[in-house]
Amino acid sequence: MTRHPVFSRIDANLATLLIGAVILWFAPAGLKSYGLYVISLWLVMSIAAMGLNLTLGYAGLKSLAQAAFLGIGAYTTALITAKGGIIGPGWSWPLAFVVSGAITFFAGVILGFPALRVKFHYLAFVTLSFATVMFLIFRNEQWLTGGVYGFSNIPRPSVMGSKLDNDLAFFRFVLVVTVLLSLAMWWMLRSPWGRAFTALRENPLRAASLGINLRAYTLLAFAIGSAYGGFAGALYAPLVEFIDPAPFAISASFVLLLTVVVGGQGYFLGPFLGAAFSYVLPEVLRATGGLYLLIYAALVLILLLITPQGIIGIVEKMRENRRQKAAQEQRNASKVMLEA
Amino acid sequence: MDQFVQLILAGLATGAIYALAAIGFTLVWQTSQTINFAQGEFVMLPAILVLAAVKFLHAPLPVAVLMAVGGFLLLFGFGFKQYIVNPMARHGILPLAIATMALSILMKESAKDGFSAEAQQFPSLVPEGAIQLFGATLSLRDIAIFVVAVVAIVGLQLFVTRTKTGRMMQATAQNPTVARILGISTEKMILLTFLINAGLAILASFLISPVYLAKFSNGEVIGTAAFIAAIVGGFNQVRGALAGGFIVGLVDNLAAAYVSSAYRAAVPLVLLVLVILFKPEGLLGSKEERTV
Amino acid sequence: MKMSKRTALLGGVTLTLGLGLGAAMAQETVKVVGVIEMSGAGATAGTNYKNGAQMAVDEINAKGGILGKKIDFVVYDTQTNPGNTRAAVQRGVDEGAFAIFGPVFSGPISASMQIAQKAGVPQIVGGEAAGLTKQGVTTIFRTSLNQADAMPKLAEYFKNDVKANSVAVVWVNNDFGKGGRDAIIPELQKRGIKIAADIATESAQADFAADAIKVKSSNADAVFVYLNEEESARFLRAIKQQGYDKPIVGETTLLGAKVIELAGDAAEGAKGHVGLSVDAPNPLFAEFGKKFQAKFNYKSDHNGIKGYSGMYMLKHVAEKTGKLDKEAWLKYAHGAIIRTKDEPGILIDSKFDANGDVDRESFLAEVKKGQQVITGTLPPVNKF
Repeated sequence: MTRHPVFSRIDANLATLLIGAVILWFAPAGLKSYGLYVISLWLVMSIAAMGLNLTLGYAGLKSLAQAAFLGIGAYTTALITAKGGIIGPGWSWPLAFVVSGAITFFAGVILGFPALRVKFHYLAFVTLSFATVMFLIFRNEQWLTGGVYGFSNIPRPSVMGSKLDNDLAFFRFVLVVTVLLSLAMWWMLRSPWGRAFTALRENPLRAASLGINLRAYTLLAFAIGSAYGGFAGALYAPLVEFIDPAPFAISASFVLLLTVVVGGQGYFLGPFLGAAFSYVLPEVLRATGGLYLLIYAALVLILLLITPQGIIGIVEKMRENRRQKAAQEQRNASKVMLEA
Repeated sequence: MDQFVQLILAGLATGAIYALAAIGFTLVWQTSQTINFAQGEFVMLPAILVLAAVKFLHAPLPVAVLMAVGGFLLLFGFGFKQYIVNPMARHGILPLAIATMALSILMKESAKDGFSAEAQQFPSLVPEGAIQLFGATLSLRDIAIFVVAVVAIVGLQLFVTRTKTGRMMQATAQNPTVARILGISTEKMILLTFLINAGLAILASFLISPVYLAKFSNGEVIGTAAFIAAIVGGFNQVRGALAGGFIVGLVDNLAAAYVSSAYRAAVPLVLLVLVILFKPEGLLGSKEERTV
Repeated sequence: MKMSKRTALLGGVTLTLGLGLGAAMAQETVKVVGVIEMSGAGATAGTNYKNGAQMAVDEINAKGGILGKKIDFVVYDTQTNPGNTRAAVQRGVDEGAFAIFGPVFSGPISASMQIAQKAGVPQIVGGEAAGLTKQGVTTIFRTSLNQADAMPKLAEYFKNDVKANSVAVVWVNNDFGKGGRDAIIPELQKRGIKIAADIATESAQADFAADAIKVKSSNADAVFVYLNEEESARFLRAIKQQGYDKPIVGETTLLGAKVIELAGDAAEGAKGHVGLSVDAPNPLFAEFGKKFQAKFNYKSDHNGIKGYSGMYMLKHVAEKTGKLDKEAWLKYAHGAIIRTKDEPGILIDSKFDANGDVDRESFLAEVKKGQQVITGTLPPVNKF
C-alpha cells in the first residue's frame, strides 16, 4: 500500500525541520554577534510569518495586522520582564511568552468574530484598521509604552538561573523555541483539524457539506495565527533589547504578508524561506549602499512574475517537471516494449 | 463656526485629490481584479518625472510636462498592465497585490535614488491668493483643485455613461464573459481603464504637488487615503469612490480638529470598520455579483 | 645583458615594494561605519547627515587622512528602524570600526547605543532628544545642542522678544518633535506663558490645513512650530493661506534654508532660535554651505552641518591623542574643547562634556526678503 502523498510531503517537512535545527544548533558557533543577531531575527520573523501562513495560506484570510500582533507581544513582554516592570527580569520570560500568546489569541478572536460575520476579504480592512490603531497606541500612550522614545533595557531571559546574555546562547534559545512552535504547527496541520483546513482551502463548499463548521475553523486559524505573532514578539523584544513603534507599523505588516507570499503560501516551510528573503537578504544586500531596497523590490517583482507560488513554487515546479519527465520516459519505455 | 466652515472647505479640496486616486483604483479593480498598492506612488511619480526632465534633460517646462505625461502613460498605463498585471492575473488576487507592493517600493526608491531625497517645489498653474466665503478664507488653489477634480470626474462619468466606448468599458467591468460574447474587445477596454487610471494619477499629481511639494514619500499618505476611500465607497462603483474620497478628506480634517490630532489617522479607519460591519457593500456600493 | 639583469632586479624590487606598500596601504585605513537613515521616515535627515560626513571624509582623505591613514567610510542604511539599526551597529563593531557615525533619529540611537558602549566604540550621533545623554552611556557624542539646552533659550525669547502671553505649540509626533515639545512647554509655563493649543502632527504629513485652522482659532499670541524641514514648509504655506498674521516662531528647522526655499513667501517673517545654520554670520559656515551646494547640488540643512563637523571632531580628537586608540579617543573627547582656529572643520567653537553633550554659541534669526538674517548671538550655556 502506498502512502498518501500529503503525508509523505509533511514527513519531508518534519525531516527538513529537524535536520535544519541540528545544523543551526552547531553551524553558527564561529559567527560574531552581528551574524548571530541576523539569524536570530530570521527565526523570530519566521515564527510571525508561520502564524500568518496559517491564517493566509491555509485558512485563506488576508490579515494586515501581523506586525501589530508582533508589537503586542513585544510590548507585553517588555512590560512584564523589564526592570521595574510588572514582575521584573529573571524567571518571568516564560510567563510573558504565554501572556503574549494569550492576549494576541483573544485579540484575534475579538477582531475576527465580527469581521468573519461579513465578507471574507473584509478581514483585510478590519485588520488594517486594527494595525493602525495599535501603532497609534504604541506611539501615543507614553505612560505605558514609552511612546516615541521607545522602551529600552529589555532583559534577555534566564534559563535555569543563568541569564542568556551571550549571543550564541540566546540564539540557541530562540532556535529551541522556534522548533517547538514549528512542531506544534506541524502537529496541528497534520491533525484532523488541520486536514479540515486543507479541505477548506481546496473546496470550501465540499468542506461545508462534510459538516466542517466554516466560521469556527477559520476564526480559530486566525486566532492561532495571531498568537504566533504574539509569540514572535515575546522573542523580538529581548532580541533587540529595545522597542519603539517603528517595527510594528502598518508597512511592517505588509512586509510580513509579502514574506509569506514570496516564501510560498500554504507550504509548511514557506515562511522560513520567505523570512530569509525579507530579513536576511537585505542584510546581505546592505553592502550595495543605498540601492539595496531597489534591488530587493526588483527581485520580489521578478520572483513573483516567474513563480507566483513563491520560492517553494520553484521547487514544486521542478519536482513536477521531473515527475512528468519520469512518466514520459516510462511511457516511452513501455511504448518501445509494446512495439518490440 | 468659522473654524467649522474652514475645515469643511479644506477637507473638500483634499477629498477631491483622494477621490481622483480612489476612482482610478476602483476602475482597475473592477476590470482586472488588481488591488494596486502602488496607487499612491502613481500620484507621486508624474510630478517627479516633470522635475527630472527639467533637471536632467534641461527641457523647458511644457516639454517636460509632455514627456512626463507620455512616459508615465506608457510605463504605468500600458506597461503596468502588459508586464505586471497580465502575466500574474490568473494566479489570483494576492500575488498580484504583493507585486504592486514591490512596485511601490521600486517607484519610491527610484524616485529617491534617481532624483532626490529632498522635497522640491512644483510649479503651480494657479496664482496665489485667497477669497472670503461665508466668513472663511478660501485659497484660489484649493478652489482650483476642487474644480479641476470635479470636472475630470464628471467628464469621466459622462464618458462612461454616454459614449459607446464608455459603455463597452462598463460592460467589461461588470461582466467580462458576457461582454466578450457581445463582441466587445475586453482586452482593449481593460487597457483603456489602465490608461484612464494613469491619467487620473497624473492629474492628481499635478494638482497636489504645488501644495504638498514633490517628494518620493508622498505616495504613502495618498495611497492609504485612496485605498480607504475606495473601500468606504464600496470598491466597485465610481460614484462610491468619489463619495469615499470626499468623506475621507472631510473626516480626516474634522478629526484632526475635534477628536485628537494624535489619533487622527485612526478616525477614517474606525469609520471604515463600522461601515463594513453594518453595510458590507460600502456606503454607495451595490452587492458585488461576480463569483470567483 | 648585465643591464637587463639589473633592470629586472630593480623592477622586481619595485614590484615587491609596490605590492608590499599596496597591502600595507589597504590595512592602514581608519574604518568608520556610518549607520544612517537612508530610507524610511528619516531618509531626508539621514541623507543630509551622510552627505555632510562624506564631504568631510573626502576632504580629510585628500589631505592625507587621519594620522596618515585614510578614512574608510561605509554606510549601512537603517531604514529608520531600531532593529535594523542595532544590526548595523553590531555589524560595524564586528567589522572592527574605529567609530560608528550616526544615526540621526533618537529611537534608533537608543536601540543601538548600548552595543557601541559594550564594545567601547565611539558613536557620533545626530540626535537631539534630551534623554540620550542621561543614561550613563560613555561612548555617545552629539553633534548638535541638546533640546534641554536649546529650549530655555527659546522660552526666554518668547517672553522678552516676542512678548507672548499665550502660545500654540505645533510639533511633529516623533522623538525629535515630542522631545522638543516636552522640553519647551514647562519652560514656557515657568515664565507665565499659557499654552493655548498643543497640536501633534504626523511625520511626513502633507496636509496641514486642519492644523493651521486650529492654530488660528486658538487665538494665541504666537505659534511655536517644531517640525522637520519639509513639514515646516508645508505648515507655513497652510497657515499663510489662512491669512495668519501673528508671530511664527521656530527652532533651527523652521528657519532652515530648505524651508525658506520650499515655503517661498510664506516663510517671510518667521523667526526664532538657530543652532547650526549655513546662514550664520560665520565665514566657515558660509564656506561649508558653498562647498556642499557645489558638490551635491542642493542647499545643506543643519543635519549636513552635523555630519560634516562631527567627522572633523572625530579626526581632531584622534590627532590630539596621537594614535588610533578608541580608549584614548574617548578619554580625550570627554571634556574636549575644539576651537575653529585649531580645527576649521568643526565650523564653530565647541565643547564636549562628560556625558557627550555639546555646548556652543547659537543664534537668533528671522526670515527677511527670503533670507535668513541673524539678529542676535546667544552665548553657550556654560562659558568655555
